[in-house]
Amino acid sequence: MDGDSTLSLVLFSGTDDKLNAAAILSVGAAAMGRPVHLFLQYWALDAFRTDRIARYHGSAPEAGPAGDALLRGSLEGPKHWSALLRQAKDVGDVRIHACALSMELFGITQADLDPLVDDVEGVAAFMGDAADGPITFI
Amino acid sequence: MTLTRMQPTRSIDARGMACPGPLLTLIGAIRQGQVGDVIEVLSSDAGSRTDIPAWVAKAKQELVGVVEEEGYARFMVRKTK
Repeated sequence: MDGDSTLSLVLFSGTDDKLNAAAILSVGAAAMGRPVHLFLQYWALDAFRTDRIARYHGSAPEAGPAGDALLRGSLEGPKHWSALLRQAKDVGDVRIHACALSMELFGITQADLDPLVDDVEGVAAFMGDAADGPITFI
Repeated sequence: MTLTRMQPTRSIDARGMACPGPLLTLIGAIRQGQVGDVIEVLSSDAGSRTDIPAWVAKAKQELVGVVEEEGYARFMVRKTK
């Protein structure tokens, strides 16, 4: 399964619904043999902090109270986005990068982040990872 | 031999597992298996009906057959490489 195009996602939002959607896309792409690069900025980066990754991060505004309750009940164990991303890394080539500028903004280092995060990168390096392919912002 | 009577090398009951769990379980079993092995996966996840054939085609394995059962499907996949 070579010659496959890279899936490049910028994760900006830190709500669990968007992180879950991104994790599902990642695991599917990885299973299909596509390299995956995730670039974590702002609130998505914040959600990857070791001391915060397991807590509930809320839902997008359109979820409303009913949608929020539905989401809350759907994040246990293997259904949580962090578990899906671990599976994605097991099955394929998935790299997770923390945005250097967002790290600086929050005053954190890689030691504050879950081991799912591979490294800290600047935006130009991420553009290199994306290898001239499309980039999706979530 | 008909598909319903075919004996798989290994059978995995992934019923109740959420998407994409059954597919990932199949991928793991194919990777661990020997060429020629037939892996059977039972899945109640609706996504498997599209995902397992899509992966098998992409990974150039062989979909021996799909049998619809009551509330789940049985996928038979042969490891070709």
